[in-house]
Amino acid sequence: MGSAISLRGVVKRYGDLRAVDGLDLDVPEGSCVGLLGPNGAGKSTTMKLLTAQAIADAGELVVLGCVLPGESKQARAQMGVVPQLDNLDTTLSVRDNLRVFARLYRVAKGEREAAVRGALELATLTDRADERADKLSGGMRRRLLIARALVHRPRLVLMDEPTVGLDPQVRQELWALIARLRSEGTSILMSTHYIDEAERLADSVTIMSHGKAVSVGEPGALIAEHAGREVLEVYGPPDRLRSVEADAQARGHATRRTGTSVAILGVEAARSDATNGTFPEGHRRAANLEDVFVHLTGEEIA
Amino acid sequence: MATPAPARRLRRLERAAIGGVVFREVVNFGSYWKATTFSSTVEPTIYLLAFGFGFGTLVSEVGGFDYVDFVGTGTVATAVLFSSAFPAMFGTFVKHRFQRTYDAILAAPVDVEELVTAEALWIAVRAGVYGCTPMLVAILFGLDPSPGMLLVPFVGFVTGLGFACFGIFVAAVVSAIENFNYIVSAVLTPLFLVAGTFFPIEGLPQWAQVAAELNPLHHCVELVRDCVFGLKPGTDALRLLALALFALVMWRTAINRMQKRLID
Repeated sequence: MGSAISLRGVVKRYGDLRAVDGLDLDVPEGSCVGLLGPNGAGKSTTMKLLTAQAIADAGELVVLGCVLPGESKQARAQMGVVPQLDNLDTTLSVRDNLRVFARLYRVAKGEREAAVRGALELATLTDRADERADKLSGGMRRRLLIARALVHRPRLVLMDEPTVGLDPQVRQELWALIARLRSEGTSILMSTHYIDEAERLADSVTIMSHGKAVSVGEPGALIAEHAGREVLEVYGPPDRLRSVEADAQARGHATRRTGTSVAILGVEAARSDATNGTFPEGHRRAANLEDVFVHLTGEEIA
Repeated sequence: MATPAPARRLRRLERAAIGGVVFREVVNFGSYWKATTFSSTVEPTIYLLAFGFGFGTLVSEVGGFDYVDFVGTGTVATAVLFSSAFPAMFGTFVKHRFQRTYDAILAAPVDVEELVTAEALWIAVRAGVYGCTPMLVAILFGLDPSPGMLLVPFVGFVTGLGFACFGIFVAAVVSAIENFNYIVSAVLTPLFLVAGTFFPIEGLPQWAQVAAELNPLHHCVELVRDCVFGLKPGTDALRLLALALFALVMWRTAINRMQKRLID
């Protein structure tokens, strides 16, 4: 299986800031990779590098077999980009927004109308086709942005925070759309700081911190490796949390703070292991990707 | 379902890319053409009425022309300037910084060079068309139609291309939209007043006459008058060359600055 995206040692500096600092990233063809990281980790810069809207200072970037930045235009012809910020033509109808991009993405003349129809269907916007874009709800606008990126049936789709700022129901609609795309074999790179999104949709996750990939793997494997199976959340006043934390660490457990509680990772073993002493009262839950994320990056989710 | 990789390497300045960007502008134009057409028609008419009939009562003839004819042809250049430099400045700034349209276009197989070229070409075509409105209004007020008038849209196009690129360049350079005031007051207003639109350059001091020869808008004014009243092949060829040179230099400059602005 080939690589849709392959980055090696990519560096992008802005003055003294190294926004991307030796990043390795792989998106195998046909897979969905989640790019996780707190604000400022370099996710958006990475997205810009992939469309050559930023030029790397060092490293190798290959997208769909094209070497960037020199062959970026060929790569862009076969990929779609869903931006974080809405940049639809607001005074145009839904259909015209799609027609414009069918043209920009060089869909052959005889196939344009069918391409627009297909994109409308995919985003379930067919009965809104003649509505002006600024009359749509937030969720519909986001679906239109996705449809716009898919109008030419790209081999690779980049999504920059596709569900940021949307309410839960709309997010679930978009997840269904992304899952469908993935099942059709489109390669997807999705940056997000919603952990549940990555856990649900991604075949593999790359966790970024300070411009580097700090961990790569399938979500379940990453959880098992870094957070164990179970996590114990202990609530209490700050003083107590501090002592619980120190105690757990002394016994070899990783911990993380979640504002009002301390989470002790990998406590499943402790349940049967009497010699390990007893843990304080708390709420046991399954470990998740967020535990891994915070454990690895030392940063809370923005 | 996946599109096969294009066999050939994509080149610079491709028709498909330029056509796509122009198509976007044309489709968008459908939603605001009325306002644009209104201002492009009413503005020169007001100039024509104010100067033509206001001054016209004081001076009936200027440089051998009836004053209404003189102003009616001269304001073609004003209309070209207003319908090229201004839309280019504001349009580029808004599409880049507020609407983020250029982010979306550059994520498609379109390079900055193609984007700037397409935007400038489209604005220049509009400037060529709207530039004719003062002349058409002047015809209503007694300017005699002549076959040379058919060349006027072309003169407007070449001039508009230069000023569209100038506007894009300005939009790429300024840090805030308020800074356009400096350009309008210090650059565009003098250019438009000292172009021979409302009074002949010959009456100005020597230094101002020399300066006027460096003003692209002055060449546009003179070319339009010669198209309407009779061509002077030698001088007019040089004037056209000056306008083409202005357009070429501004085109490359605009691409250069937009490249810096749009690509990190």
